[in-house]
This record gives sequence, structure tokens and C-alpha cells, in this order.
Amino acid sequence: METLIILLIGILVTVATYLILSRNIIRVILGTAVFSHAVHLLILTMGDLKRGSVPLLKEAEAPYTDALPQALILTAIVISFAVTAFILVLAFRAYQEAGSDDLHELRGTNDE
Amino acid sequence: MNNLVVLPLIIPIMVGVILVFLRPYIRLQRVISLLTMIGVSGLSIYMLNVIQTDGIIRLDFGGWKPPFGILFVGDSFAMLLVLTASIVTAVCLIYAFSSIGEKHEKMFFYPFVLFLIAGVNGSFLTGDLFNLFVCFELMLLASYALVTLGGEKVQLRESIKYVVINVLASWFFLVALAYLYGTLGTLNMAHISERVAEAGQDPLLTTISIVFLLVFSLKAGLLLFFWLPGSYSVPPTAVAALFGALLTKVGIYALFRMFTLIFYHEPSITHQLIGVMAGVTIILGCMGALAYKDVRLIVSYNVVIAVGFILIGLAIATPTAIEGSIYYIIHDMIAKALLFLLAGAMIKMTGVTKFDQMSGLIRNYPVFGWMFFIVTCSLAGIPPLSGFVGKILVGQSAIETGSYVLLALAFFSSIVVLYSLLRIFLNAIFGETIISKEDEVPLKKGLLIPVVLLGFGTISLGLGAELLADYVSNAAYTLTNPAVYIEAVLGGNE
Repeated sequence: METLIILLIGILVTVATYLILSRNIIRVILGTAVFSHAVHLLILTMGDLKRGSVPLLKEAEAPYTDALPQALILTAIVISFAVTAFILVLAFRAYQEAGSDDLHELRGTNDE
Repeated sequence: MNNLVVLPLIIPIMVGVILVFLRPYIRLQRVISLLTMIGVSGLSIYMLNVIQTDGIIRLDFGGWKPPFGILFVGDSFAMLLVLTASIVTAVCLIYAFSSIGEKHEKMFFYPFVLFLIAGVNGSFLTGDLFNLFVCFELMLLASYALVTLGGEKVQLRESIKYVVINVLASWFFLVALAYLYGTLGTLNMAHISERVAEAGQDPLLTTISIVFLLVFSLKAGLLLFFWLPGSYSVPPTAVAALFGALLTKVGIYALFRMFTLIFYHEPSITHQLIGVMAGVTIILGCMGALAYKDVRLIVSYNVVIAVGFILIGLAIATPTAIEGSIYYIIHDMIAKALLFLLAGAMIKMTGVTKFDQMSGLIRNYPVFGWMFFIVTCSLAGIPPLSGFVGKILVGQSAIETGSYVLLALAFFSSIVVLYSLLRIFLNAIFGETIISKEDEVPLKKGLLIPVVLLGFGTISLGLGAELLADYVSNAAYTLTNPAVYIEAVLGGNE
């Protein structure tokens, strides 16, 4: 199961890298979103996938599954959600001001 | 256990939230935010003294004993940086009062500054790696908002690059965290350090440490600084000064923590690499500082040079070198804020950004001109100003350990810094005045006071280095003896 998930993470990272290298800013943003999904899966896998019961002391039998990765992922999801929302608004504003969503045109020169 | 240690994070956040609701009352916002920063500075002075008498203080949130819960750890190094950051923020706020403009102030400028400083202080104080990530993100989100505040075309353009590069750096941070958790099964920094020492730093852990090096280098602007000059030169002056003084220092702090507390077993790989990166950073930063005529870009490249210089101390990693670096970080926070404020004021007074189009400012604004001279000398490391102590200590230990290349680069960089700033000084401040008496815009007191305060800061930090010596040597002692930190966090729990 772990191997399968690691392969999935690999595919996600490949897709995200491809997206982030493109010129269209929306694709770059989608790339960062896919990146964050990949790393969330990675954290989940690193804590070992389900190998015991629910981590409730006295309620369930040991061994317990590690609950920490879930907590970490939850925090990371919230943060990446906020950042993605911000960067989408930023891209929209930049599009309004500069009239372009092409990163080559947004590159800018120092002599303006 | 000491509840005080969380206050530098909590107070700015709470006050920031309250200020959001006080949106129309700008005067009230100003007073409250300034008082908050002064309060936090006072608190950190108090805590610094508590640390000297009682040792490292910590707070376990929710009563969860380490290594199970999240905790804040205040040692001298962290607290010195919290103190300097709070003072610099207070001064930048005074500058912002009369320069930032009502439009920005109404768009939640003060809450964002307070959130930024909360993230910065939290990053300094946390004892948990994942919590460090969260505090980094808090700081970065506030900085994204501040860098775009105003919404001019050039700002939006540069901030897209700034945001995307930081999102990527955060992604690498999470990857490194995942691998570290997978190998060691803990996120408490002291506990990680203990486990690394027990198991030995094998190649896998060294690789993970290099991923962390990559992440924090991006944040600190060590070698991977290509995003820095653009994004530091577009926001309003007060914001740029905060960024230049604080944001890279958080990355530097994280590098110091990681490579003195946790990954100190393989200096021939990691510290060697840091040394090479610091050297290259200095060379590239010097080229940048000499290549441009835009004052803001020169100032931004000076930030890069300082990052390289501070990390030479980490690469050498003797107690004296670390002590020198700590002095230099404190000095650099104050001097860089001052330099950014001066550059911003210059542009505001003349209306042009290139130094060869300005001339003779000292005739119109004598105090201002001499302040520029002081900061130039201070950054070049001329005694008795504040840059001197750090430079001499780092230089001394570079000779002791025989790192002559780094030594040469460090002192070569001082000359370039001096040259790049003297160029501005001779062209823009000396010479025939271009502003006639009638056209002269009087320099507002609100702009001059913070500049003088910081100038006074850099002089007194140089003259009063003796006063600071106890705190700094205590900080260096904790950094070079990880056992002290581990004992303070994990000791006495059984």
C-alpha cells in the first residue's frame, strides 16, 4: 500500500512540476495546489498507513495508529487553502492591472 | 513553565484582531500598535534578564509535557532577536505614521504589521519544528498582504514572484518535515537533536538536513536570493524596512537552530556547504550592489551581502564565531532598517530613484546626511559603531580555524559595502545642491525621529557592546552546547 501511495505522490509531483513551469499564471497556481496535495499524502505515508486501531486510550486495543500526521495535514491544508485563495486574488488583480496572465509579459524590466 | 514566553506572539495577534474592528479610527490604531510594540520590547528585556538568572524558560501548551506537546522555548539567542525585532518594528511604525498614507492605513496596515511581528516572534520562540512552519506561514501571509498593499502595477508584478517562490519554499519545508518525521518519529527540536545524536547522523539524515538548508536558504536569501531585490524594492518604505530588517533574519535564525542544535555531527558536509554558499552569496551580492544606480536596489543587495557575512560565522561554528554572528545579526537588523528608511526618505525628498540624479542633500537636510554617513560607517564595520564587534569576532575565529578564503571574502565585502554606500553618499548627499531654498520640502519630524532613533541605536550598540556581552555570550554558549537546550526542554519530565 505504501509503495502505491508513494507512486501516486510521484505522479502528482510530476504533474505539478509540469504545471508550475508553464507560462500561464493560473496553471502555476494549480501546480502549487497539486504540490500541496502531494506533500499531504507524503506526510500521511510517512506516519505509516493504518496499522492499528483508533488512537483512543482505554476505548480501543493497542497498537494504535499514529494520529499526529492527520493533525499536521489538517494544519497544512488550512494554510495552503489560505495561501491559494490569496494568490488567486493576487493573480486576478495583476491581470486587471497588467492586462495579461502570461508570466513572460509580467516579467517586467527595470527601466520602466 | 513560564506563561510570559508566549506573550510576544499572543499580544500582537490579539491586538491585531482588535485593530481590525477599529478600522476608521486611524489615530487610535497608531497609538495602540506603537504601545503594543513598546510593551513587547519591555517584556522581552524582562525575560532576557530572567533567562540570565533562571536559565532557559519554556511553556508547554495545554500542560502536555515535551516531547508530546507543542512548546515555546526562550533562550538568550531567541530573546535577543525578539527584543531587537520588536524595537525595530516600533521604530518602523513611527516612520509609517507620517509616510504610509491614509489609504494604506485604512486598508489594515497596522493589523498586518502586528501579524507579521507575531509570526516573526513565534518563529524565534518555538521549540517545535511543525510549529516553526506554522509561524513561518503566519509571517509570510502577513508579508504577502503588506507587499501588495497599495496594489500598484509594479507591486503586483513583483509580489506574484515573491508569493510563488515562498509557496514553493514552504512546500519543500513540508517535504523535509515529512521525511524527518518518517525517520525520527518526533518533531520536538530538542527530542530530534537527542535522537540524531543517539542514532548518529547517517547519510539519510544529512540529506534531509540539506533539504532544510535549501528551504531556509530560500527564506534567508542565502545564495537563492534571486527573488529578494525585486520584492524588497517595491513596497512602501516602512514595509521595505521591516522586510529588510526582519524577514531574512528569521531564515538565518532557523539555519542557526538547525545546524547548531540538530545537525551538527557532520560539519565537513553541511557546514562546508554553508561556507561555500555564504562565500558565493557575498560575491554575487557585491556584484549586485555595484551594478545598479537605483538606491533601493543597492540597499536590497546590501541585505544579501549581510546574509552571507552572518552565515560565515555559522560555517566556522566556533563559539567566538557564533558570538560574532549574533552581534552582527542584532546590528544588521537595526542598521538595515535605518538604511532602508534613509533610502526611502531620499526618494521621497527628491522624487527620483537613481543616486546620480540626486545631489547635495546634506545642504538641505544636514542631520539626514550625517545619519547616512553613520550608517555607512556602521555597515562597513568602522569602530566604535555596531558593525565592528561582529566583524572582529567572526574575523578572529576565521583566522583561528584557518578559513582564510572566507576571511578574505568577509573583509572584501566590507570594502564593497563601504564603496557602494559611499557612492550614494558622495553623489547624492555631498556636492552641489539641486533643490533650491524655495523648492525645499521640509523633512517631516515624523520621518527624522525614527531615523535618529535608529542612528542612536547603532552608535549605542557599538559603544555599549560591553553591556550586551553577557547576553550574547550566554546565547552563543547555548547554541554551541546543544545539551543545555535539550536539558532545559526534556530534563526533569520523568
